[in-house]
Amino acid sequence: MRTYQSWGRYPRASHTGVLPIVWRTEPPPLDRLDRSILPFGLGRSYGDSCLNDGGLLLDTKALDRLIAFDAGNGLLRCEAGVTLAAILALTVPKGWFLPVVPGTRWVSVGGAIANDIHGKNHHRAGTFGAHVVRLELLRSSGDRLVCSPEENAELFHATVGGLGLTGLILWAEIRLNRIPGAGIALERIRFGSLDEFFTLTESDQQYEYTVAWVDCLARGRRLGRGIFMRGDHAGWPGAPPSPLVEARLRVPCDAPAGLINRATMRAFNELYYRRQVRGRTRSLVPYTPFFFPLDTVADWSRLYGAAGFLQYQCVVPEQPGSAGMREIFERMTRSGEAPSLAVLKRFGDVPSPGLLSFPRPGLTLAVDFAFRGQRTLALLEDLDRVVRDAGGAVYPAKDARMSPESFRRFFPQWERFAVHVDPKFSSSFWRRVQRS
Amino acid sequence: MSSAPDRSGRRVLVIGATSAIATETARVFAAYGARLFLTGRHPDRLEAVAADLRVRGAMQVETARLDVTDIGGHAGVIDAAAAGMGGLDVVLIAHGTLPDQRRCEESVAESLAAMQVNFTATVALLTLVANRFESARHGCIAVIGSVAGDRGRQSNYVYGAAKGGLERFLEGLRNRLFRSGVDVITIKPGFVDTPMTAQVPKNALFASPRRVGRAIYRAIESRRSVVYIPWFWRPIMCLVTALPESIFRRLRL
Ligand SMILES: Cc1cc2nc3c(=O)[nH]c(=O)nc-3n(C[C@H](O)[C@H](O)[C@H](O)COP(=O)(O)OP(=O)(O)OC[C@H]3O[C@@H](n4cnc5c(N)ncnc54)[C@H](O)[C@@H]3O)c2cc1C
Repeated sequence: MRTYQSWGRYPRASHTGVLPIVWRTEPPPLDRLDRSILPFGLGRSYGDSCLNDGGLLLDTKALDRLIAFDAGNGLLRCEAGVTLAAILALTVPKGWFLPVVPGTRWVSVGGAIANDIHGKNHHRAGTFGAHVVRLELLRSSGDRLVCSPEENAELFHATVGGLGLTGLILWAEIRLNRIPGAGIALERIRFGSLDEFFTLTESDQQYEYTVAWVDCLARGRRLGRGIFMRGDHAGWPGAPPSPLVEARLRVPCDAPAGLINRATMRAFNELYYRRQVRGRTRSLVPYTPFFFPLDTVADWSRLYGAAGFLQYQCVVPEQPGSAGMREIFERMTRSGEAPSLAVLKRFGDVPSPGLLSFPRPGLTLAVDFAFRGQRTLALLEDLDRVVRDAGGAVYPAKDARMSPESFRRFFPQWERFAVHVDPKFSSSFWRRVQRS
Repeated sequence: MSSAPDRSGRRVLVIGATSAIATETARVFAAYGARLFLTGRHPDRLEAVAADLRVRGAMQVETARLDVTDIGGHAGVIDAAAAGMGGLDVVLIAHGTLPDQRRCEESVAESLAAMQVNFTATVALLTLVANRFESARHGCIAVIGSVAGDRGRQSNYVYGAAKGGLERFLEGLRNRLFRSGVDVITIKPGFVDTPMTAQVPKNALFASPRRVGRAIYRAIESRRSVVYIPWFWRPIMCLVTALPESIFRRLRL
């Protein structure tokens, strides 16, 4: 049954209705609705920013048409419900790639803009929003406004990273990048500690994509050991996939509670780390497993069982000795929780266009935690304190619990943003962080 | 015909092209470089679908406004499609409405209107297309029916009757056109997760329009006669039709 939940499936929300948006030329009269509304893309946000408990959702799944693509200059115009998967399937064989991709291609263009998402090339390209040429926004008043950095600029900067609160994005125009082919020339390097990781981030100078996987359960001397990956677009000898295939495994039902615990994660991390036998390997791989390693198993989040899970993603400005990030690692490993799949990356200094954009210069860490009630929440609040003190931020797209005080500290422009929130639009996240 | 078919440039007429299922089928044709002629009631919607298919690789896309209940307009549109694309290879008939069973029970006009859209208009279109393909000794006709046509149920027998009648018509037509080398394909989707069913809680029986569209394309490629989409509807409907009437009439289906 497809109920509308977020990727982490915590918290659960119950919506009182769903309004499918099907035609960009026939927007429904939103001002006549008696409850608050929120656009919904593909629900790949982890927490409650894509939920509107007690309200209505505007499902954009059917708004999935391409409008124009200029294979000469890489300009793509499409409706907001188009998936990044659909765009790549079309443009990669023609030698064009999205300027920014997240860790899954099952994300809509509207969702990518509303969270101003980032990828493994943030140090070069900045965020997704930095490559949006213009978009059309439907307000509940019925106004349809084309917004760009030049036209309706303030509303544009509120809508990019605006968490779906400024109106419904109907379509957007995005600038793509030229690539030599569907391959990635990849190098994987094992590192034994956080210090070694910091040395490796020098790679950012030469490589388009850099990211590291870190074993959060390793302690002491091994604290922060992991695998560093860096790569560039490259040619690929294989034929493009047929329009008729869509290979995806599915996790058919919820796993028993507790499948993912400290012991299974420790074993997994050990295997993952040891699999990389040599210190350094090079290979040519197709772009899909490099960018979207988890997409081969659809609905993998079900492995966490019915209680769901939380992802914690923060950014901490770089400090001498990286004290803040070290402190976060220390607290995670001491906590007794079972963090898994930690991803570490250095954000660059390309400015993010959104008033509420999350990326800013510094180190970003993303970790999953099985939801185990109060203990998990207490740890994450504890981590928030470290992030606050370090002058960093936590990512709303992954959040289900940050306090209103934290939100205001992390997003100092929030008042300037709030002016642009559409009076009919709201979300579970927004109500939570607006509580006084 | 010899060797593997060259898929590009195939000339496809789609009646009712703005439905989610028709659009998804047309997208597969577009990706293989087909020419497409789309009809529907709303010019804005047709243009949105046409632009999408052009970007996805169609060699040519044209549109014409057609309300299928305007029977007199059929011949002109079919001629325009054939003239615009230099002939026809495939005709996909995908228009249809899901009538409100209750309202049909209360109103003769409502029942007849449902039959008009879902049966009579289709028969009219098929008659013209069949004659054209028969004399050309070439072509493929694919029509979207429904599992609802396999057995009348109290909850939607007006729709079921239209789709069931259509199925008998297609059976006979297939039989007649066999000698001319013209294929007639009856497509029977089950529950599809389209915008029209957004409020309905989904279960494992629901298929995405994308999956259904690809399956329709495959059915046309492999020249099947009757296809259930997804396949599991065949055994399900086999059971449903096998139930003796003495039991069936007591059920609330
Ligand atoms: C496996 C995985 C890996 C990920 N990796 C990354 C990563 O590397 N970097 C990163 O930045 N994020 C990452 N994410 C998060 C994901 O990219 C974002 O949450 C993204 O916004 C999800 O898009 P969606 O289409 O699912 O939107 P939803 O989650 O459904 O909605 C997200 C927000 O967009 C709004 N919205 C959706 N459509 C519209 C519209 N048409 N108009 C206005 N507002 C709209 C919604 O209201 C909501 O506030 C990852 C998620 C997963 C599951």
